[in-house]
Amino acid sequence: MLFLSHIWLIPLLPAFGAAVMFFFGRKLKKSTVSAVCVGTIVLAFLMACGAVSQYSAWSSTDTNFHKPYQTILYTWLGSDTGHLNYVTHDGTPAPFQADAGFLLDPLSSIWLLFVTGVGMLIHIYSTGYMAHEGGYYRFFGYLNLFMFSMLTLILANNYVLLFVGWEGVGLCSYLLIGFYFHRKSASDAAAKAFIVNRIGDAGFLLGMFFIAWYFGSLRFTEVTALARSGHFSIGDPIITAATLLLFVGACGKSAQLPLYIWLPDAMEGPTPVSALIHAATMVTAGVYMVARSNALFVLAPTSMKTVAIVGALTALFAASIGLVQNDIKRVLAYSTVSQLGYMFLALGVGAFAAGVFHVFTHAFFKALLFLGAGSVIHAMSGEQDMRNMGDLHRRIPITHRTMEIATYAIAGIFPFAGFFSKDAILWETWSREGGAYRFLWYIGYATALMTAFYMFRLMFLTFHGRPRMSHDVEHHIHESPASMTIPLVVLAICAFGAGLLGWPHSLGGNDRFTKYLEPVFAGEARVLQQEGRTSQLVQGVEEEHNTGTEWLLMALSLGAAGLGWGMAWRSYRHADKGYAEPIADLSPPIYKALLNKYYVDEGYDYVFTGRRKLGKMRLGVLGLGAASAWFDTHIVDGLVNGAGWITRLTSTISSWWDKWIIDGIGVNGPAIFARMLSYPARMFEWGLVQWYALVMTAGLVGFVFYYVYR
Amino acid sequence: MDTLLHISTLHYLVLGAALFLLGVIGVLTRRNVVIVLMSIELILNAVNLNLVAFSRHLGGLHGQVFAIFVITDAAAEAAVGLGILIAFFRNKETVNMDEVNLLKW
Repeated sequence: MLFLSHIWLIPLLPAFGAAVMFFFGRKLKKSTVSAVCVGTIVLAFLMACGAVSQYSAWSSTDTNFHKPYQTILYTWLGSDTGHLNYVTHDGTPAPFQADAGFLLDPLSSIWLLFVTGVGMLIHIYSTGYMAHEGGYYRFFGYLNLFMFSMLTLILANNYVLLFVGWEGVGLCSYLLIGFYFHRKSASDAAAKAFIVNRIGDAGFLLGMFFIAWYFGSLRFTEVTALARSGHFSIGDPIITAATLLLFVGACGKSAQLPLYIWLPDAMEGPTPVSALIHAATMVTAGVYMVARSNALFVLAPTSMKTVAIVGALTALFAASIGLVQNDIKRVLAYSTVSQLGYMFLALGVGAFAAGVFHVFTHAFFKALLFLGAGSVIHAMSGEQDMRNMGDLHRRIPITHRTMEIATYAIAGIFPFAGFFSKDAILWETWSREGGAYRFLWYIGYATALMTAFYMFRLMFLTFHGRPRMSHDVEHHIHESPASMTIPLVVLAICAFGAGLLGWPHSLGGNDRFTKYLEPVFAGEARVLQQEGRTSQLVQGVEEEHNTGTEWLLMALSLGAAGLGWGMAWRSYRHADKGYAEPIADLSPPIYKALLNKYYVDEGYDYVFTGRRKLGKMRLGVLGLGAASAWFDTHIVDGLVNGAGWITRLTSTISSWWDKWIIDGIGVNGPAIFARMLSYPARMFEWGLVQWYALVMTAGLVGFVFYYVYR
Repeated sequence: MDTLLHISTLHYLVLGAALFLLGVIGVLTRRNVVIVLMSIELILNAVNLNLVAFSRHLGGLHGQVFAIFVITDAAAEAAVGLGILIAFFRNKETVNMDEVNLLKW
């Protein structure tokens, strides 16, 4: 139980590595940097293996089969004293609280294993890939910080801590996309990824608030238990709103329509970053979150439908763009978006295990594809345009072989990993619901065909055909060092073997993967039963009747893979300089639309960012800015100026009143009156004393005469 | 003849009135402040004469006492008046009454 009880150490190890890099990295030698950063991840991987095996042992002895292991270190947010409460929807108080707690159950075990495992391989690969780059310690510091955030996200036992990891991986994604920050395109792409992710995060936050308000808790275990308790009816509007908002968050993080636009641009980052963050781990966080909230989603059929439809459309949409892209990493980026669409399609039809299985296999083969692409780019002295490649299969054989395996896996060729996961998804889509849901199967099937085509196109253009690079570049082509090829080989083995874990019943296997995940998703069965949709229930007896159909579908999708290969083979086998694109030959306008990614970025520029004007109108954020500026100058400032003008007017009037009425009549008036009075008074005052004496005498004489002759 | 030989109260009163008249005319007509002051003395002494004459006529001493008070008063008045006059002269270098008009508006 040592590893299990110290599970919190797993995320802390990379955090330690990141801290060392940030404080001392500048002064450390490259070898020390590699030792510290790769060492922490290797340790984390070993601990993860130990923890998962101990968890299996612990949970199998438990009577409550596969119950989640939870350890709470302390109350991280809010208070556990019961004094800090908020009011839930039914008026009862609930504690405002989030733990620094860790949860290990089959779902997080799977993520834990492949994140640390693939992360470890990519760290090793990076020591070779980044060997000649500046900012070596910075790169590894960010990578370790990313691993910390991702592991926090996976192991969190509540939505709030998950959100911390969620934001952490977003930050690291931003930092690593903008790793070559001196390139404008890279910093723009980083900002784009960050901003688009914020839109999703807003949805996630709101969804979280809804859950807290409705369930009174944010712990996964408590929310799941409440959701499965039967108190809530299926189609509950609040749960529907909450899950839809959570799905908005998932759309941002996992690059679904309409928020997928950041992921192709994220290819500006170093290739190992694309492999780790933008293919294998971070972008599957949305899938993880939805799978983690499966108990809620099951209660909201509308949300499930939305998830399925958005997933299917994204899969088709991105795959079609991938058909014609020329940048090797961009093809893989659109492929990633498309595969993520598959995963959401699976979640949306209720086949959570199949979706998670596809995440698992996809992590290996897509990481392998990206690392292989990195190896190709390394060999090609930084060239990423497939039009300037060709005929590399003899010169970099290990890269070629391993990428070939990954291509078979993603194209869904038996018995490579992708075959099992993709077919599980397609089969579930076909069989779970029926009716209009079958249409989603057609979309998925078309996507499978496109996937096979663009992947084999990539392979043929890169490794076969005629060499189309310049002589300088051709001269420098070399196989990558062992630190890069060994991870490729290991991943190739995984890409081949990972699917065997989910060998379906119909082919005589026992689908251990689904079985392993059952405790996480089993609770949904009761809910579905209640609703009377027993057809959605996990296989069981019914399945045997449909084995024939399942075989047929498998054969069909194998056929699609073969068809994709054949079309690519026909068109690109002999690709020489100025080779023809079949789609461009077929229909130039469609080709142009695809090459320009359906002009979605331009559309967003018109509608949302406002970098482009629609006629004279500027819409979107900048338009909002322009409108606000207009409002400010004309309305707000107008009000201010108007107030000023009125003040001046009244002050003029007031001053006139003061000057002429108050001063004139009130103050000067009496003075003038007094002065007028003074003129007659003055006339008595000659200033000659003797005149006064004379007057006095005259008066005296007057008095005497008056008294004497009265 | 008797009237001429025997000096009665009437004589005093006539003399007093004459002196008073002279004083008043002096005060009203002379421009020199010193002369005006001297004329005031004349008026005061005319009053003294009246007081003493009535005292003798009535046979009491009140009039005499009053006369002595008036003499004292006249001395004080002359002192103050001459003092003002000297201060005035220092400022205006004149003793002309017409030019004593500083307080005129």
